Amino acid sequence: MLEKALRGSKGYYAWVGLLIILAVVGLTAYLKQFDYGLGVTGLSRDVSWGLYISQFTFMVGVAASAVMVAIPYYLHDYKTFGKIVILGEFLAVAAVIVCILFIFVDLGQPTRLLNIILHPSPRSIMFWDMCVLLGYLLLNFIIGWTVLGYEKKGFPAPRWVKILTYIAIPWAISIHTVTAFLYAGLPGRAYWLTAIMAARFLSSAFAAGPALLILLCLILRRFTSFKTSNQAIQSLAVIVTYAMIANVFFFMLEVFTAFYSNIPGHMVTLQYLFAGLNGSNNLVPFMWIAAILAFLGIILLLIPRVRRNEKALILALISVFIATWLDKGIGLVLGGFVPNAFGLVTEYVPTVTELTIIMGVYAIGLLTLTILYKVVIGVREQTEVGDISPGV
Amino acid sequence: MMNRRDFLKIMASLGIGSALVLEGIDRIGTAADTIPGSKNLQAGHWGMVIDVSKFKTPEDIQRVAAACHKYHNVPEINDPQHEIKWIWQEDFEHTFAELESEYLSEKVKQMQFPVLCNHCENPACVRVCPTQATFKRPDGIVAMDYHRCIGCRYCMAACPYGARSFNFFDPRPYIEEINSAVPTRTKGVVEKCTFCMERLDKGQQPVCAEASGGAIIFGDLSDPDSPVRKVLRDNFFLRRKVELGTGPSVYYIIGGGGSNA
Repeated sequence: MLEKALRGSKGYYAWVGLLIILAVVGLTAYLKQFDYGLGVTGLSRDVSWGLYISQFTFMVGVAASAVMVAIPYYLHDYKTFGKIVILGEFLAVAAVIVCILFIFVDLGQPTRLLNIILHPSPRSIMFWDMCVLLGYLLLNFIIGWTVLGYEKKGFPAPRWVKILTYIAIPWAISIHTVTAFLYAGLPGRAYWLTAIMAARFLSSAFAAGPALLILLCLILRRFTSFKTSNQAIQSLAVIVTYAMIANVFFFMLEVFTAFYSNIPGHMVTLQYLFAGLNGSNNLVPFMWIAAILAFLGIILLLIPRVRRNEKALILALISVFIATWLDKGIGLVLGGFVPNAFGLVTEYVPTVTELTIIMGVYAIGLLTLTILYKVVIGVREQTEVGDISPGV
Repeated sequence: MMNRRDFLKIMASLGIGSALVLEGIDRIGTAADTIPGSKNLQAGHWGMVIDVSKFKTPEDIQRVAAACHKYHNVPEINDPQHEIKWIWQEDFEHTFAELESEYLSEKVKQMQFPVLCNHCENPACVRVCPTQATFKRPDGIVAMDYHRCIGCRYCMAACPYGARSFNFFDPRPYIEEINSAVPTRTKGVVEKCTFCMERLDKGQQPVCAEASGGAIIFGDLSDPDSPVRKVLRDNFFLRRKVELGTGPSVYYIIGGGGSNA
């Protein structure tokens, strides 16, 4: 089936070429880091995790969100999602590959990566995160590829795939729960030490992931023969709406607990993020933009007439996506390191090398996604032609 | 083909081998064990008491820190973003941020506290390490295997004491004179205070305790007759962030009460 990805329009070749160039540029930046060490990044003794780990965290959510298409289709037989369920699964595959790459580029000794398997440590949440992420990658790839393969030959998918799809549903919940546990179990980081962390992670994932999926569907509808129905897009948009409302609600719960209890350790990071602390306020504009976009997105999505307007819908989805990215892809991880163990603020500014590496990782992710989606479109074009031809 | 005689020989040697292995495992379990004839120091739970009042000037602590860093090949990187430190000083309101008060006496406000790895009883860093590169020994020391560490820095996120440093680049050019008795580190691994475990094996006290002129007392917390326990019996003491349940093994006494005042 992979041969479908080798033939395409000029636009397709140009897009793939661009992604390969960006990936190579990212790789050269990474070689610099590999040679010198993580000193090429903006990381420090106090802010020891930065954009690599925060992008990892955000993308685990995007990966998990495939379940928002899978549950209605596989569990509730919601046929409208039948065509796009594979887009969700392949988005998950690309997202998990991005996650693994972000973990890899974050390691100080990447050549020792296999130590996680050679010396398995079940007490470490990172061990479980590796297990669930690898499992999820395999599940989604096997399900997507097999279903598509049978579709190409004109057969219904085999029974064992059906069983895998049922396993993949709780598995998706597990990957983001375990990722939340990476943070929520640490004694010294008050901003992360919250029982609702996994719920927040899942709600923001189920907003951001489907929002991205709709945007991808709209792009495919414009540039390819893959036409997602308006009904499927509108159903997904409703999912985005309520997930985003839950996400904002959960965040407000954090704000209430911190400020009504008046416990300094629980208030201080929120103060730093939204008002600045001791003159350090790098993240303040990002957090307020996130807040404004979150409410803008929710309002636009809540009004049915607006939601059905494609332009307004695109604006709303981009707002939701950027808001969740700023909250989780920046504020959550970086905020956890402020203040440090001594009550002091160290700010983090990523370097150009670091940003280039991030660009490269995302380019590889987009390349994976492009190839997988190209295969899907190629197979669908072939089968649809096959369907029509006898009648012509 | 193996004949019966060879087979029996192999089985017998395997039996002896596994008996030795089991014996070894048994030995690891009892930390207070002493290898006969060796001078090494052993304990059920190593701990440290720091009498802050005995550090008269900040230079006194700097001297101790310099001795530690020199001994342990800690690179001198004068850049707060990338610096490596095993023991250094902080004032009261940063060491014990949760005890801060506007009415704190000027004397306490001015006091400097040596801070280092607390060698916790329930170390969060050990719990989170995905490769067991950092681990707790039966004698309470939280140790590091620099060859196993993958540099994920999860331990740094987990440590509530800011005790861990990461090698953002090759540290060796920043070491003035390499001490071959202890290892240097490579780029990309985490490091921290080791309670001088290799010195304890030779029957020596930790460098900081030796250089402190009696301000740092090191000993076995599990032994009621040890000097550390005696000092703790006679003085009011503080530990950092005990409310987190980590069980720090570093105790601070600030003078002003008890027989040591």
